[in-house]
Amino acid sequence: MGKYWNEQIECMDRDQMKALQSERLVKQVQHVWDNVPYYRKKMEEKGVTPQDINGIEDLYKLPFLSKADLRDAYPYGLLAKPLSECVRIHSTSGTTGKRVVAFYTQNDVDMWEDCVARAITAAGGTNDDVCQVAYGYGLFTGGAGLHGGSHKVGCLTLPMSSGNTERQIQFMQDLGATILCCTPSYAAYIGETVKKMGLTPDDLKLKAGIFGAEPWTEEMRQQIQRSLGIKAYDIYGLTESSGPGVAFECECQHGMHINEDNFIAEIINPETGEVLPDGEKGELVFTSITKEAFPLLRYRTRDICVLTREKCSCGRTLVRMAKPMGRSDDMLIIRGVNVFPSQIETVLLKMSNATPNYQIVVGRENNTDTFEIRVEITDEMFNDTIRSIEELERKISQDMLSVLGIKAKIRLVEPNSIPRSEGKAVRVIDNRKLLD
Amino acid sequence: MTVKQLSVFVENRPGRLSAITELLGNAGINIRAMSIADTKDFGILRLIVDNAEKSVKVLKDEGCSVTLSNVLVLRITDRPGGLAEAMKVLYSYNISVEYMYAAFINTESNTACLVLRVDDNDKAITALEEKGYKLLSQNELGL
Repeated sequence: MGKYWNEQIECMDRDQMKALQSERLVKQVQHVWDNVPYYRKKMEEKGVTPQDINGIEDLYKLPFLSKADLRDAYPYGLLAKPLSECVRIHSTSGTTGKRVVAFYTQNDVDMWEDCVARAITAAGGTNDDVCQVAYGYGLFTGGAGLHGGSHKVGCLTLPMSSGNTERQIQFMQDLGATILCCTPSYAAYIGETVKKMGLTPDDLKLKAGIFGAEPWTEEMRQQIQRSLGIKAYDIYGLTESSGPGVAFECECQHGMHINEDNFIAEIINPETGEVLPDGEKGELVFTSITKEAFPLLRYRTRDICVLTREKCSCGRTLVRMAKPMGRSDDMLIIRGVNVFPSQIETVLLKMSNATPNYQIVVGRENNTDTFEIRVEITDEMFNDTIRSIEELERKISQDMLSVLGIKAKIRLVEPNSIPRSEGKAVRVIDNRKLLD
Repeated sequence: MTVKQLSVFVENRPGRLSAITELLGNAGINIRAMSIADTKDFGILRLIVDNAEKSVKVLKDEGCSVTLSNVLVLRITDRPGGLAEAMKVLYSYNISVEYMYAAFINTESNTACLVLRVDDNDKAITALEEKGYKLLSQNELGL
């Protein structure tokens, strides 16, 4: 096995790739038009029919899909295959109210696993490797995605799921794991635990790690590489377009190659929707051209990003995306979970007639995100006893946990103590410095 | 025979007590009793003042979170066992004290004054007065 999982695709000539994408796009648009009334209506509203789409040069004519569409159409509104042909469901973590649910046919699962196999191969993985999957298993795509890709490559797969770190390290040692797959913050934590257990990277056989599902810095990469004695590779994906493996890093560690035979990437101006040329910063939009059950066309990821088609020294011709540099909406990713300030407002509204002013403070200590919500106390909330205020903090904390899916430290503060700029409270302070 | 107590929510950060007491001082308000209950992140400053309504206005205008509640100001004899006797009265009437602190007021040299927050003001007033205790009124706080 060479350094590519699918050399023909990964190193395909640009013109050939364009032709392949065009052919698949035309077919996909027809499939969606015929089977997804929700999107067909959007096309009709824009005055577009499948006849207008003759290749990727016509992609810009298609309407966008957003997360709001996915919620509107929940759960079956964007499904393009009968449920009898679907074999799997995955779902996003912790979004407001209705979750985003994605469906997969067997072909969709195969395509996804093939994408992940490319990522594992690019990280040096072969059938001689022992691949420890410490992403969470379940509705989350992390565990299932890397698990499937690892099987495809033929690695001996350790389906550990996340947590129980000392046992992870024990297995790593006893079974000679060579590749670790998990979130970057968990990798950093495993690195610290290795040290705490009195071990060094030399006690482990690990050589590579494939880390994704949350933003991480170059500094964190260096730290993980040192603490585990590995080379750390980034992987990108989203449940809406299958899961991890939409894009992956090669040995150059300089941008992630997008699996363009399955996903067409565009960068748009988030305000106008206008398509921007390569190299310009804007919002990343994906069109799934091979997915059968859940084929999203022009899905707005809200990730702010740059694409480059400069030749990569790894030999792959697949377009590369930079690490996302932020969001075009106000979503935060905290401990791998998507958090929208609007969710926090919903909870606080229940506590008081007027929404109290609040501020989200996110930081990172020992490579784990810290998450504090400061809430300006209102007269309605304030009562003379410490007990009742502590009770209130506990209540808010519990409600936040059930809505957000992660624990936040609640801190009640004095009225008017949250800084305001031009009369508007500063909602989010993110001290993680992920984007430097 | 209750007295109005101000409770102010105060964050644990430098300068807060200084700012709040200065506000009251500038408004010519005299503090007659006070206590602070504190936790790691915040405290509650409880005050008995000579002009409760004015204090609330002054503090609210500055954006403080303030509530008013009715508490008892009890005069006891300043001698060993003086407090114990008063507590015994409350206990015998099954009244629980939520918190209590000493006041700056001394109407006579051989007495001391306490601020009491109990679970049932009316019951406590009846019990204490029946036993001959003096409870101070709002008007008497100007003293």
